[in-house]
Amino acid sequence: MNIPLEHILLLSAVLFSIGVLAVITKRHAVVVLMGIELIFNAANLNLVAFSRHDPQLLQGQLFSLFVIVVAAAEAAVALAIVLRVYQHFKTANLNEIATDQ
Amino acid sequence: MLFYIFAALAIVSGAYMVLTRNLLYAGFSLLITLLSVAGIYVLLFADFIAVTQLMVYVGGVLVLILFGIMLSCRVHDKSVLSENVNTVWGALVAGLIVVGLSYSILKANISSLPWLQPTEITVLGDQKSTVQTIGIKLMTDFVLPFEIASLLLLIALMGAAYIATDRQKV
Repeated sequence: MNIPLEHILLLSAVLFSIGVLAVITKRHAVVVLMGIELIFNAANLNLVAFSRHDPQLLQGQLFSLFVIVVAAAEAAVALAIVLRVYQHFKTANLNEIATDQ
Repeated sequence: MLFYIFAALAIVSGAYMVLTRNLLYAGFSLLITLLSVAGIYVLLFADFIAVTQLMVYVGGVLVLILFGIMLSCRVHDKSVLSENVNTVWGALVAGLIVVGLSYSILKANISSLPWLQPTEITVLGDQKSTVQTIGIKLMTDFVLPFEIASLLLLIALMGAAYIATDRQKV
């Protein structure tokens, strides 16, 4: 089955905008992180989709592999920071953290 | 046809992740989105990436996020809720992004680009999986990024463990 490239790009555009919407509208730090993961996935989808047309074979897939590695490291460090912030401020709400001195 | 089912599943559960106020529901709908994206990877002849997505995202990152939700919510709250802010601006920006991207994707006429012309699916040639090619590429052309990625993972592991340690109690 040959999926048209435009449809994959449209899907990843929609996923990207959903991730941006989550980052903008949500105020809990963990949900903002989930939006960022969605943005990573949208980018990965594009890389894999274009890798299908790569005559030199699979450069896009290798790149998306490294994106997944960096996303995993980022999630681990960011969640550790969220936990420290929660222990310090007793809240994970980004607005309340910003107004606290 | 399978692609459209997975795409609809990803978009619907992603939208539910944004619309719901319950953090745990958001986490589990993100699970469905990541699983659908893994299915789409399989349809795009990226089996190794699909398995990596399953193991790293579904098995690792999502469990981390659920732990983060559990540990960063007050215990006396019965439900783990979070309010939405900036809904008008957020919807405006996201709508502009999706409209602009869709317009440019449809305008670009991608299927007529010269470097995308050999769209024949002979990517894998006579072999059935991408694992061998990816392994050879990782050890030859991409060996420096591979080593740097391992270093990055080690640093992230040490940093996360150091940051998350409660130094008052120790």
